[in-house]
Amino acid sequence: MTVLHHHLDGATLLRYASGDLDEAFSVVVATHLAMCSECRRAARAGEEVGGRFLEVGDKAELSAGSFDRLMQRIDDDGAGQFADSAEARHGADGSSDVPAPLRRFVGPSLKDIPWTRVAPGVRKHAINISSATSSSLYMLNIAPGRAAPEHGHGGAEIAVVLSGAYRDELGRFGPGDVADLDEHIEHQPKVEQGAACICIVATEAPTRFKGFFSRLLQPIVGI
Amino acid sequence: MRSAAHLKQPANEFELSVRRCQHAALLGRIAKVGDRSAFEELFVFFGPRLKGMMMKGGADVHAAEDLTQEVMLTIWRKAALYAPAKGSVSTWVFTIARNLRIDRLRKQSPYAYEDIEALKLESAEIDGENAVMGNQTAEHVAQALKQLPATQRKIVELAFIHDMPQSRIAEKLELPLGTVKSRMRLAYGKLRLNLEELQ
Ligand SMILES: [Zn+2]
Repeated sequence: MTVLHHHLDGATLLRYASGDLDEAFSVVVATHLAMCSECRRAARAGEEVGGRFLEVGDKAELSAGSFDRLMQRIDDDGAGQFADSAEARHGADGSSDVPAPLRRFVGPSLKDIPWTRVAPGVRKHAINISSATSSSLYMLNIAPGRAAPEHGHGGAEIAVVLSGAYRDELGRFGPGDVADLDEHIEHQPKVEQGAACICIVATEAPTRFKGFFSRLLQPIVGI
Repeated sequence: MRSAAHLKQPANEFELSVRRCQHAALLGRIAKVGDRSAFEELFVFFGPRLKGMMMKGGADVHAAEDLTQEVMLTIWRKAALYAPAKGSVSTWVFTIARNLRIDRLRKQSPYAYEDIEALKLESAEIDGENAVMGNQTAEHVAQALKQLPATQRKIVELAFIHDMPQSRIAEKLELPLGTVKSRMRLAYGKLRLNLEELQ
């Protein structure tokens, strides 16, 4: 197991546990969780907060006959009690270089991603999520040596490296590492020589391009 | 229905801790033999709390009742998937409720909420968790929550129980978004500190 150096922010972990992240962000967070047992444990602890609040929380009286109606439903369904085997849909697949939470969106192999060239040295694959959200989810394939201008993070953006690596003032971001940065951190990332860097990125508002990854897309949208 | 004693608010942490073990045993009976009286006991405990949580989250009485039924139905069906190492039964029930709530909101999306359960199946062996730790986690989290300053606790409560997004919490408390975020981060830090004592 590779040692990861960049983890999810505490506020993000609690938002994941409470269910506040929208689909794009929860997919990127889940991608890191799939690769990081430390953050998985932390997210579990966050969920424990929800359990605690449920235990000591206020009660609302159920309508009369509520339990009987439930049992009626269970009987009508043919007492269907089972451990849904679809639960195991994320079964281990050592041969795939795509983390489990992403596979249902992009398939099992990074080399089969249908990239579109969007800027010099930058290729993109947009992932269509149909739920109501202003966030966007996409993959980037950034050429070796490509750098971004120095900047601070203006909008919410979160990215997980899937292959290759880049460096900035905070260190090296390799496969599994997550960039879940505070808006105010100034940095100047540069992809390492030798191999392209492939990331999965969620960006909050598609019209406010301020983060590193979304900034790479600026030439084509003309902002 | 069971006696009213089951509906009483727990008097102390010890009682709660005993109850957690009972809940795990009840789930085991549901999973093994489809024990309906065990299920009823869980229903009596969690039903009103789930409905309360759904209403605080903004659901009207009917929707809250409906969601509660769905959560309980899922508990019945998936009882065999619960493992004490994953944490307390209350936490497991909370995640079921959370996922259902999200999936309702995302009706248009063909994808279910990416649950940590599904992720863990892949690599459970490297998580180094066990049943004892699962139970202790619940107690440490309870402890940590008690120690949170009121300002941080409020934010965590709004997020988890009232199902409020960060932006709405900021509006409601008339705080800048950055302050909400940093208080959330501080709250998480305390939680983490408490949990590190476990290792
Ligand atoms: Zn991590």
